[in-house]
Amino acid sequence: MLDLPSAVLKPGGDAAAALYILAFSCFIFGVRQGTHPTTAKRGNLIAAGGMAVAVATTLLLDGIGNWGLIALGLGIGTAVGVIASIRVQMTEMPQMVALYNGVGGGAVALIAWSEIRHGLSIGEDFPLDTLIPILFSAVVGSVSFWGSLIAFGKLQGILPGQPVKAPGQQILNAGLLVGIVVACVVLSVNADDPSQALFIAVLVAAAILGNLVVLPIGGADMPVVISLLNAFTGLSAAAAGFALDNVALIVAGTLVGSSGTILTLEMAKAMNRSVGNVLFAGFGGAPAGGAAASAEERPVVSIGAQDAAIKLAYADSVVIVPGYGMAVAQAQHSVKEMADELEKRGVTVNYAIHPVAGRMPGHMNVLLAEADVPYEKLREMEDINHEMPRTDVAVVIGANDVTNPAAKNDPDSPIAGMPIIEVNEAQQVIVIKRSLSPGFAGIDNDLFYEPNTSMLFGDAKKVATDVAAEIQEL
Amino acid sequence: MSLMTEITIFVLAAFVGFEVISKVPTTLHTPLMSQTNAIHGIVMLGGLIVAGYANDPIEQVIAVIAIAFGAINIVGGFMVTDRMLGMFVRKPKEKPAESSTDASGSSGSEEG
Repeated sequence: MLDLPSAVLKPGGDAAAALYILAFSCFIFGVRQGTHPTTAKRGNLIAAGGMAVAVATTLLLDGIGNWGLIALGLGIGTAVGVIASIRVQMTEMPQMVALYNGVGGGAVALIAWSEIRHGLSIGEDFPLDTLIPILFSAVVGSVSFWGSLIAFGKLQGILPGQPVKAPGQQILNAGLLVGIVVACVVLSVNADDPSQALFIAVLVAAAILGNLVVLPIGGADMPVVISLLNAFTGLSAAAAGFALDNVALIVAGTLVGSSGTILTLEMAKAMNRSVGNVLFAGFGGAPAGGAAASAEERPVVSIGAQDAAIKLAYADSVVIVPGYGMAVAQAQHSVKEMADELEKRGVTVNYAIHPVAGRMPGHMNVLLAEADVPYEKLREMEDINHEMPRTDVAVVIGANDVTNPAAKNDPDSPIAGMPIIEVNEAQQVIVIKRSLSPGFAGIDNDLFYEPNTSMLFGDAKKVATDVAAEIQEL
Repeated sequence: MSLMTEITIFVLAAFVGFEVISKVPTTLHTPLMSQTNAIHGIVMLGGLIVAGYANDPIEQVIAVIAIAFGAINIVGGFMVTDRMLGMFVRKPKEKPAESSTDASGSSGSEEG
């Protein structure tokens, strides 16, 4: 029934190649359109169209069969993908991306396994330029799958978000990595008849490595981890393209690899830490002994919603600095209401977004866009820091370490050198926070004790609603 | 395709990727990430190819899971990116004189 000899494309033929070139051009063009919010939506559709071309081309290739299996896989995957993407909340976006990333990596590893099995069953030799990419994609895909699942578990709250540390972990990781490389070399040397058992052992070792590397990493370091895993999956897809001689896979995988790499480096830079430090130092979580212990009782100024409303309503310019705490309290809509009240009174309101304010790159921007904050008001850190001295009131909501002036002033601080939003330069600061407890870095925030800082204790959502109501009554 | 041709493509693609992606503003990094995420779902093509020669039950199970994983990655990734980017598209101008109750009401209804 599905035998269409006239429509069938020859694998590696010119027609198939041309269609794959069309597909990857759509990917590149689609991502290029993503440079501006007004064109990004169309760019995404173009990229999706490219994907449709790539899938259709492959389905028309000669030698594609087992249509029942293909229909089953496509059906399950499409149903899960559609339901998940409709249901997901914007606050849950990091774990959703981690999960999608993981299944992509899992698919790469499974395909690699299948290729090895198939080659062995027909007694075929593996040329090295096929076998090495297969091994690479198997290892990196497996690491990415399991690492992403752990990241998903941590972000979803299934696993503890705090770093899980065990003595000797680094040595174990290094041992696993060496073992994997040695096994891959052994497999490559015996390329005429690689052992499937050894290949499966490599997959398992890579799986354990993926678990062990991500488990010790705490929640606030997730932007780096997710970006890095994204880069890994991209590179494993590119490697799969080398193994299958498929140019669309090579280009698409490389594009993703570049994107993940750029984001990883940017996130690490925003925390003033190297990628290696994020992955292997198990930073944060436990209060860093010295710094936390030295935090003696220092006086803070505590105010109520009414005082805050007065300060804000009679200001000319207000900058709101949201942190992940705002997202946890689901306060973004209340904050927008408060900003609306201020703007009605002629106050200029902007939002200062630290690069690692959420749990993945750009996460905070999405959360605020969901609350209908226009994207022009979402200002990048460097841009808004110039305006801080001319800002009347800075409102810090659920952010902590990214506003700590110690990063600039105290060379001994664990976060020394980390770029911060310089709210302490503003005329006045209002910090909305549940308590004085330290943030992820486990250190006290000097900002809270500065003379021009007022603390407004409470749940961000309730406080923002209260302040909005008070402003309305003025 | 020769290995050297493939490596040439890889290197050029890496440069293009860096060039294009470094122009994406931080505001759009989350959608960028979920979009590139969807793009690496292209590995599903590999699943389709191996399904073609899957003969024993284990290979068939592997192929189905690989295709399903790839499809989740593609469909979920592009759809969720579309949802996010929809929120960045400028809405029809709201009149600034509207009361806050109207504003919060309308923003609530647009979430679905």
